[in-house]
Amino acid sequence: MKRILEKLETLDRRIIFIFIFLSIAIPLLLPVNMDFSVTPPVRSFYDAIESIPPGSKVLVSCDYDPGSMPELFPMNVAAFYHLLSRDLKVITIQLWPTGTLLAERAMSEVLKDLPVKEYGVDWVNLGFKEGREVVMVSLGTSIPKTFPNDMHGTKIEDIPIMEGVNTFDDIAMLVNISGGLPGTREWVQQVVLRYHVKLGSGCTAVVAPEFYPYLQSGQLVGLLGGMKGAAEYEKLIKRPGTARRGMDAQSVSHIVVFLFILIGNIAYFSVKGVKKRLKV
Amino acid sequence: MRREIPIAICFLAGIFYTLELFIPHRQVLSIFETVRQWAQILIAFAYVLAIANILRVNFHAIQKNQRDWPYKVVLIVSLFFMITLGIFFGGIGEGTIFDWVYYHAQYPLQSTMFALLAFFIASAAFRAFRIRTLEAALLAVTAVLVMIGRVPVGEELWNNFPDFTEWIMNVPQLAGKRAIMIGAALGAISTALKVLTGLERTYLGGE
Amino acid sequence: MIPLSETIGIWLGAALTLCVLSFLYKDNPFFKFAEHLFVGISAGYWATLEYYNMFLPNLWEPLTQQGRLLLLVPFALGILLFSRFTKKFSWLSRWPMALVIGIYAGIAILGYMQGDLFPQIHANLRPLVTDNWLTSFNNILLTLGVITGLLYFFFSKEHKGALGGAAKVGIWFLMISFGASFGYTVMSRMSLLIGRVLFLLKDWLHLVN
Repeated sequence: MKRILEKLETLDRRIIFIFIFLSIAIPLLLPVNMDFSVTPPVRSFYDAIESIPPGSKVLVSCDYDPGSMPELFPMNVAAFYHLLSRDLKVITIQLWPTGTLLAERAMSEVLKDLPVKEYGVDWVNLGFKEGREVVMVSLGTSIPKTFPNDMHGTKIEDIPIMEGVNTFDDIAMLVNISGGLPGTREWVQQVVLRYHVKLGSGCTAVVAPEFYPYLQSGQLVGLLGGMKGAAEYEKLIKRPGTARRGMDAQSVSHIVVFLFILIGNIAYFSVKGVKKRLKV
Repeated sequence: MRREIPIAICFLAGIFYTLELFIPHRQVLSIFETVRQWAQILIAFAYVLAIANILRVNFHAIQKNQRDWPYKVVLIVSLFFMITLGIFFGGIGEGTIFDWVYYHAQYPLQSTMFALLAFFIASAAFRAFRIRTLEAALLAVTAVLVMIGRVPVGEELWNNFPDFTEWIMNVPQLAGKRAIMIGAALGAISTALKVLTGLERTYLGGE
Repeated sequence: MIPLSETIGIWLGAALTLCVLSFLYKDNPFFKFAEHLFVGISAGYWATLEYYNMFLPNLWEPLTQQGRLLLLVPFALGILLFSRFTKKFSWLSRWPMALVIGIYAGIAILGYMQGDLFPQIHANLRPLVTDNWLTSFNNILLTLGVITGLLYFFFSKEHKGALGGAAKVGIWFLMISFGASFGYTVMSRMSLLIGRVLFLLKDWLHLVN
């Protein structure tokens, strides 16, 4: 037994890699579709959008890149779908250049289900703008001056949805799909209290715990954290997507990581004894 | 001239923008807006500078026939290839060749690079996550509770697991994060003040 | 019927995915190729987006079509940035750099004050005794955690005696906080791999619907 534990201590990491791969591939091949409940931060996000009167304009800032796509793309699609299906007008911008084409693709997926929605009337993509926090603050002074054109080069004054949109006062809510910096933290710091903006965030799981203080202080009206947050949101809008699909694999892989921590510690303490290893 | 002018520019720009909040006059705001637009343009230039630097470093490596130089050729060719596609072959919108390359090359490359971290975090959990102290135990127990409580299998094991995890996130976890947030805010404000007053000058370079 | 361009794209994506995953075995030419290709494409993508979304609408068109000559100032400052490549004039690049750093420092001061510092202190001022025992308990725990956590970051006095004890409690809260972050990080990393494996199994191999 001791020899096995000793071997475990020096286990080739590639064996660990194989276990991780299988813990994800097998549940994807043989799904059981475990059910789950919706957590309060996701429910608040959903409720915040539900409370906006139809016809209002919502600004969606898609600040992410392919690196976080499995987590954020499903919530981007779900947010667009939720907004448009409630007859809200979507104005999307990006503070990450990589977000531009991802936002376009997310909208294409939604338009397959809602083909009546028209570009320029129901939604518009103003594209990417460099400047991070500077852009956020500039939007508070003038949206048309910050984004003089949409992403295709059309002048902002020629786009019907942008009529009467000057500052955050003309926006019912801001939704941020955030892959890092600049993202939700910067939106909270620069615009929420300064311009009295209602902000809902969809972010990667890595940073989600950091945004709980904002949620509790009311600076965020809702929070979708990672693929699980996206799956809960998909459940609420009754449009299951890739996030819902990944939940079995997510469960199994977490169990495997837990077992790794457990076995790693058992091996560690068994080989030289608990007393020698423990630092009290 | 070489040091004093940049320090003065930095000080004036910073103070100007701190005061912006307190002077909401239309005329003054339009000045802020103008300078903000300048800053945006300058940052765009800074990215172009970064790209120029990538080119310079890699051309240099190719010229000197350094180890792995053929890969540097791949880098430079793909860089110009992408720019050429975007500017001369139909723009950047959905359905363009530029979009095709982005979606079928950059997306898999970048997202797989990040996906590699899944393997390494599992390996680190196995090899380095040792519960030798009370603090390490607190960290490990919370990590496991959150990991299991946040996914559907946790709810299958215990009905109230998601509520319990939510409590951890909303109370003890939040307390720690808030302490870090307040501490970091104080640190960031003092660093920014040091930059503005010229006490912190590393951005000026070596001289 | 999937269009041919899409099929080629999926095969390309799968090949590049496997090139990157090959690093798990060990560093190899396929990974190195993928790595450099990624940097090249990303930089090219970034430059193109800057051209279409910044250079044209925010600088070139206002300058040439609307005659906003004041924009020559940031244009000139932007050019000065490139003086970094010369030894003699590299000091000139400090001017535009100083402007940007100054603006961001000013914005950061406001942001951290109005976004983090004051609202977070305010949000933590909670009643310690309420009608509901759980709310009271939570509020006490929250207050204790934030205060002791902050005391841990107070390094002007040695952590001994009462301060040492409080800082120790602060560490416990911080550890719980880091534990939660670790749990969420695992969640995040696994999600990313799920995305890639799903692509391989569904879009490429058609093993799942």
